[in-house]
Parts: sequence; C-alpha cells; structure tokens
Amino acid sequence: MFLASIIGSIAAVFLKAGAGRLHRNVSSLIFNVHLYTGVALYLLSSLFFLKGIKHGELSILYPMTSLSYVWAFVWSRMFFAEHLNKQKMVGLAMIMSGVAFLFAGTR
Amino acid sequence: MPNRSATVAAEHQPFRFSPAQSVGLVFVQTLFGAAAQILMKTGTTTVEGGGIMAFAVALVTNLHLLGGYALYGLSTVLLTLALRDGELSRLYPIISLTFVWVTVLSSMFFREAITPHKLIAVSVIVAGVAVLGGASKKS
Repeated sequence: MFLASIIGSIAAVFLKAGAGRLHRNVSSLIFNVHLYTGVALYLLSSLFFLKGIKHGELSILYPMTSLSYVWAFVWSRMFFAEHLNKQKMVGLAMIMSGVAFLFAGTR
Repeated sequence: MPNRSATVAAEHQPFRFSPAQSVGLVFVQTLFGAAAQILMKTGTTTVEGGGIMAFAVALVTNLHLLGGYALYGLSTVLLTLALRDGELSRLYPIISLTFVWVTVLSSMFFREAITPHKLIAVSVIVAGVAVLGGASKKS
C-alpha cells in the first residue's frame, strides 16, 4: 500500500509536467510523453492497490491513499520548488496522524 | 457569411461554472469516486491468484473493474472541471468526503465494522485535507 501511494504520487508529478506542455493543438496531446507516463504509472499504482483491497478491508486501505497528499508535497518541493507554509504542515501532520490511527486500529 | 467570425468567437469562449456549481460538481464527484472504490473491491474478489499480472489482465476483462475505473475517470474529469473554476480552499473539504462515503459503503456492502479507530482516523484525515486546502488560499 505504501508502494501504491508512492507510485501514485509520482504519477501525479508526471501528469502535472505533461499538462504544462499542453497547447491548443492535438499533437501536443498525442505526443505528450509525460502524460502517458503519468497515466501508466497511475495504472501501475492501482494494480498494487487492487492487490491490497482483494484481501484487506477497503475502509482501512482507502483512507491510506490520503498519504499520497503527503508524497505529493514532498515531490512538489523537490521538483517544482513549491514552498511549504505552516498551515500546510499542520494539514499534512493531521493526515499522517489519521493514517497512524488506522494502523493502530488494525492490530 | 458575415456571421461566421462571430460564431467562431463564441465557440472559443470557454464555458465556466459558478462557485455554487463547482461545489455541486465536487459533491457529485465524491459519490462517483466512492462508488468506483466499491466496484473495484467487488471486482478483485473474482480475480484468481494474487499476482500483479493477474490484476493487469483483470483490468481489461473484469466488468466490475472496468466499471470502477470508468467511474474513477469520470469523477476525475468532474473534479478537474470544478477545480478549474472553483476556489481550491472551498472544494478541498468536499473532496475529502469520499473517505466518509467509502467507510459507510464498505460497511453496507462488505460488512466491514466501523470501529472507533476508523471514525477518529477518517475525521482527522478529512479535517487535515480541509486544513491543507485552506492553506492554498493564502499562498
């Protein structure tokens, strides 16, 4: 599941990079390698997710996908140099503690 | 045809949603997104074996999975349209409602227990996403 959330967020990075290269013509959509990579990575991450929910509880595993918000901020900081203010840190900390609660509940 | 240029200009005028419509759109999108998860979980129960390849094959042959992915795609398109026109800080809290629906629907369809741990976890995550969305307003 961790793996799925990491791959999923990398997919988002490629989608964003691809979307930035979109212009008002069809060829920029058809020959957009970044978009394809993003979609392919998303599909790959979802395969791991399917593997997870086949046997695990959906009501535990689905909320764990919220970790992709955390990864998204890590990558945004690394690749797009987006800054992280105090309120964002609080939001991310809340998401992480929520996921920690899910883990604690599965024991 | 003198009117032609005017018609073309009108076609290039992009359609915009009002703030209230964006909120409605995101709300509907959360329901689709949650329903997609239920379809996907249902689909996985008939996948034989647990290998990644088995799931890759099921992705294009299993009707529940196909339906789930289609709904997911639809919900993503609706979300993108809403995010284009709406204010992120207002829409984020609604987006996180998906976590609530999935918890409720999992209990209805798969008899998964709603434990105190899950209730607290989902509440904290929903609040966290809302805080995250609020942060985007100032930056």
